[in-house]
Amino acid sequence: MSRKKGRKSLRCKKCGQTAVIYMRHHRLALCDHHYVEWFINYTQRTIDKYKMFTRRNRILVAISGGKDSLSLWDVLIQLGYQADGLYIGLGIDEGIQYSERSLEAIHRFMAERPGLTLHVVDMKETYGETIPELALRTRRGRGKPCSVCGLSKRHIMNQVAREGGYDVLATGHNLDDEAAVLFQNTLHWQTGYLARQSPVLEATHPGLVKKVKPFCRFYEREVAAYALVRGIEYQYDECPFSEGATTILYKELLNQLEAQAPGTKFQFYTQFLNAREKGQITFHEKGGEPVLRPCRVCEQPTTAGDLCAFCRLWVTPDMDEEAARMAVPPLLATPA
Amino acid sequence: MLAKQMECAMAKIIYRDKEWTVQGGRPVREILEELQLNPESVLAVRDGKLINEETIVEEEDVIKLVAVISGGGR
Ligand code: SF4
Ligand SMILES: [Zn+2]
Ligand SMILES: [Zn+2]
Repeated sequence: MSRKKGRKSLRCKKCGQTAVIYMRHHRLALCDHHYVEWFINYTQRTIDKYKMFTRRNRILVAISGGKDSLSLWDVLIQLGYQADGLYIGLGIDEGIQYSERSLEAIHRFMAERPGLTLHVVDMKETYGETIPELALRTRRGRGKPCSVCGLSKRHIMNQVAREGGYDVLATGHNLDDEAAVLFQNTLHWQTGYLARQSPVLEATHPGLVKKVKPFCRFYEREVAAYALVRGIEYQYDECPFSEGATTILYKELLNQLEAQAPGTKFQFYTQFLNAREKGQITFHEKGGEPVLRPCRVCEQPTTAGDLCAFCRLWVTPDMDEEAARMAVPPLLATPA
Repeated sequence: MLAKQMECAMAKIIYRDKEWTVQGGRPVREILEELQLNPESVLAVRDGKLINEETIVEEEDVIKLVAVISGGGR
């Protein structure tokens, strides 16, 4: 063993220092300093490429306390965007204090970055039930809370964005997330989902806010590397209810392909978007576009009748208009 | 074989709640292969610093592997 400490083969393409990461599909090795610089610039390019938002827009970032959302917030601030956070307290404990520790991670992050604004919506305080409690009560959540949880998060994010006058809602979804969903939808030929899956979902209805995924061209590994290099102490544990099993299986399968043929994941996702944008492939909703009507309580669009699926969790038939609005109350104390 | 390994530089690898003692003096990538871990799914950290997969793991190094894949719920 004649190799000496410090003699390493991978050097930063920009400065020649020891690289902290090698991205095979980009054929790019970078040191910590240049990796951060590259990552931030690349996010900007994704924002521009898909016309996500500009510096005049106000952005609401959905913050879970995990690596993706905290890194996204960190990058947007450094790029000079007006980005506020939204944390939804799901009340998930399950013996590992999941929600509590997620919020702690967010507070640590904010303590090092004074001046940030975080909106917190706590399920228990606002609606009287945590996600696990809600799941036990409703048919929708029986067994697994992920269905009511996803529904609640979508609704609350949208409501806070509207009340706060935000132009877009940004989430930390990375390329592995998107490629796993695409893989799953392709295997099952879910044409409706294939028609819609996108880095940008425009506000197609007055009750909806535009949604964007600025990290959609980063591998999950790259986001984790960014968080590590930036010293972001994110919530490392998974939600104990993680519906992960299937998502993780697809991610692992894609990573096996990736290890054999670098760039596979990247091309699978980005070429899908390109081909669809150019009209080389088209998908249609079964039975055409669904008819959307505003929910009578929250005004968010729904296909389900006069109450949306979220309001139906809280509004009972005996409630009058007033009581219904109390059951699904405004979320921001001082609307912007 | 075992005796020979003992003479070589040994390093410690930590991943989730697992721990391995492996032969040092070779790149992270080779060690991951031996442990049947996909280099796309983990990052290697030494002394709190991210290291690339061609980095030579030295004797008495302690390498922490960080899982990068999560299942959803953002
Ligand atoms: S794993 Fe399920 S319960 Fe947990 S945060 Fe995600 S959707 Fe909610
Ligand atoms: Zn460099
Ligand atoms: Zn509603």
